[in-house]
Amino acid sequence: MAILETQELTYVYSEGSPFQKTAVDNVSLKINEGEMIGVMGHTGSGKSTLIQHFNGLLKPTSGKILLDGEDIWADKKKIRDVRFKVGLVFQYPEYQIFEETVYKDIAFGPKNMGLDDKEIKRRILETANDLGLKEELLQRSPFDLSGGQKRRVAIAGVMAMNPKVLILDEPTAGLDPAGRDKILGHIKKYHERTKNTILIVSHSMEDIAGFADRILVMNKAKLFCFDETEKVFARAEEISKIGLDVPQVTKIFLKLKEQGLDFGKDVYTMEYAKNLLLKKLSERGGV
Amino acid sequence: MENIIEIKNLCFSYPADEGETPVQVLKNVNLEIKKGEFMAILGHNGSGKSTLAKHINGILLPTSGTVTVDGISTADEEKIFDLRCRAGMVFQNPDNQIVSSVVEEDVAFALENLGVPYEEMRKRVDDALKDVNMYEYRNHSPAQLSGGQKQRIAIAGIIAMKPECIILDEPTAMLDPQGRKEVMAVIKRMNREHGITIVLITHYMDEAAQCGRVVVMDKGNVIFDDAPKAVFSHVEDVKAIGLDVPQAAELAWELRKAGYDIPQDILTEDECAEAIKHLFERE
Repeated sequence: MAILETQELTYVYSEGSPFQKTAVDNVSLKINEGEMIGVMGHTGSGKSTLIQHFNGLLKPTSGKILLDGEDIWADKKKIRDVRFKVGLVFQYPEYQIFEETVYKDIAFGPKNMGLDDKEIKRRILETANDLGLKEELLQRSPFDLSGGQKRRVAIAGVMAMNPKVLILDEPTAGLDPAGRDKILGHIKKYHERTKNTILIVSHSMEDIAGFADRILVMNKAKLFCFDETEKVFARAEEISKIGLDVPQVTKIFLKLKEQGLDFGKDVYTMEYAKNLLLKKLSERGGV
Repeated sequence: MENIIEIKNLCFSYPADEGETPVQVLKNVNLEIKKGEFMAILGHNGSGKSTLAKHINGILLPTSGTVTVDGISTADEEKIFDLRCRAGMVFQNPDNQIVSSVVEEDVAFALENLGVPYEEMRKRVDDALKDVNMYEYRNHSPAQLSGGQKQRIAIAGIIAMKPECIILDEPTAMLDPQGRKEVMAVIKRMNREHGITIVLITHYMDEAAQCGRVVVMDKGNVIFDDAPKAVFSHVEDVKAIGLDVPQAAELAWELRKAGYDIPQDILTEDECAEAIKHLFERE
C-alpha cells in the first residue's frame, strides 16, 4: 500500500508577483511502505520544494498529498501529527544542533512527541547504535564532536522519533568517500531494523545505485521519471542531458556501445561491470 | 620553471587544552610548487590537507619549518598583506565569503581595501567578472545566485587582486554537478590563460584527475606526489586511506588483477573504453 501519495501536486512561489515561479508542476506519484527511494534533480529542479510538501512544510497551491491514505491538509490541526510521521533531515543538519549533551539533543524530538523518559531512553540507545554513536558519547557536548559525528547526532534526533517516512536531504554532502559510505551504511542499518520508508536526496548516482529500490528524478518542476533503479539508469544518456551526473562506469559502457561493443544491459555499479567483463572475457578464452 | 611556493620541513600542531598533549596535524611536510602549476591535494577528512592550505597564505603559521610564497615567508608579519595579494584563498561555503549585497561591490571589496584607484578598480572588477562568466550579473544581489555562481563571484574577487596563485579549499563540495562543472571550467581557464598557479583541495577524484599533479595527504604526511595517472594506478593504497580512485582506473585495475593485459595508467572513460575494446578485439 502507498504510504505517501501526491495527486496532481502543484506549487507556485510568489503567485501574482513578477517573481511567480512554478516550482512543482502537476506531480502525481505513489511511494510504498518500506521502500528506499533515491531522489535526484539538479538545483532548481523542484526536488526540495517537492519534499517539503511531504511533511507539510509547504502547502500545495493545488493538488493533494495523502499520508496513509489521508489528505494531510484535510484538518489543519493535525499537521503536527504529520510532522511526527514524516521526518525531514535537512542539508548540513549538524548546524541545527543546540543542546548541552548529545543525549538531550537526540531526545528533543521524542520529548516533543510526549513520550515518557523510559521510552525516550530506549529510542536514543537504539538510534545511537544504528548510527554507530558509542554510549559514552551521549553525555558529551555535541559541539566537541567531529563534523561527521555531529551529523550523525542530528540524524539520530529525527530517527529517534521513529517516523514512518524519513526524508534525508543530501546526508553525505561535504563528506569524504569513507564518510559517505559510513553514513549510507548507518542509514541502511536503520532501515533494516525499522522497515520504515526512506527517501534520500542525492546528486551522486553512484551513491544512489548502492541503496535505492526506486529512483525519483525531477526536472524543470516536473516528474521526469520514477522507476526501478535499473530502468532509470538505462536512461543514462537522457539523465546526463538534464544536468545530472552519471557514474563513470556507465559512461564507459555507453562509449563501448557507441563503438559497437554492446553488452546488452546497462551498467551502473563497479561490481556489476567487473563481473560482466570478466565473464564475457572468459567466454572468449580468458587470459 | 621557478618555484612559487616552497614548503620546508613544515610541522604544525593546534594548541592543546591544559593537560592534553597537542596533536600534530602536519608532520614534516616538504613541497615545492612551480609557477603555473595546477595541483590537487587529496586526503580524507582530518588528513591535514586544509591545515596545509591555510599555511600557504599565512592564515596559520608553522609550529616549525617555513612556508614561502614568491620568496616571502608567511611568518613575516610586515609583509603579510603583500603575501595575501599574491596567494588568494577560496573556501568551501559560498555563503560564508560573500560580504556585499551587490555582486560587483563584492568583487571590488579587496581592491577597495588595497586603495586601488577607481578607474583601475572598475577595469579589474569588470575583467574579473568576465573571466568567471558572471559579468551580466554584476548588478544582481548575490543572495539570488546559485551556489556555483556565488563561488565564481568569490573567485572573481580573488582574480581582481591579480594573484600569483589561488588556493581553493573544496570549492565544489557544496555544489551540484552543474555548479561543479562551472567552477572547474573557470579554475582551469585561469590556470591556462592567466598562468595562475592553482592549488585545489578536493574530495572529488574526477576533479583531481584533471590536474597536472596530485598530492595525497594522510595523517599529516605527503604519501603520494605525482601525476594523476601515476597516483591513481595505486588503487589499493589509495583505497586503504579512505579515498576513491576514478572508476575507470578501478575497472582497469580489476581486469589487470585478473590477469588481463591492460595499461596501468588508465584514468578517463575514453582510455578505459579503448583498452576494453582492445581486449575484446584481440584473437
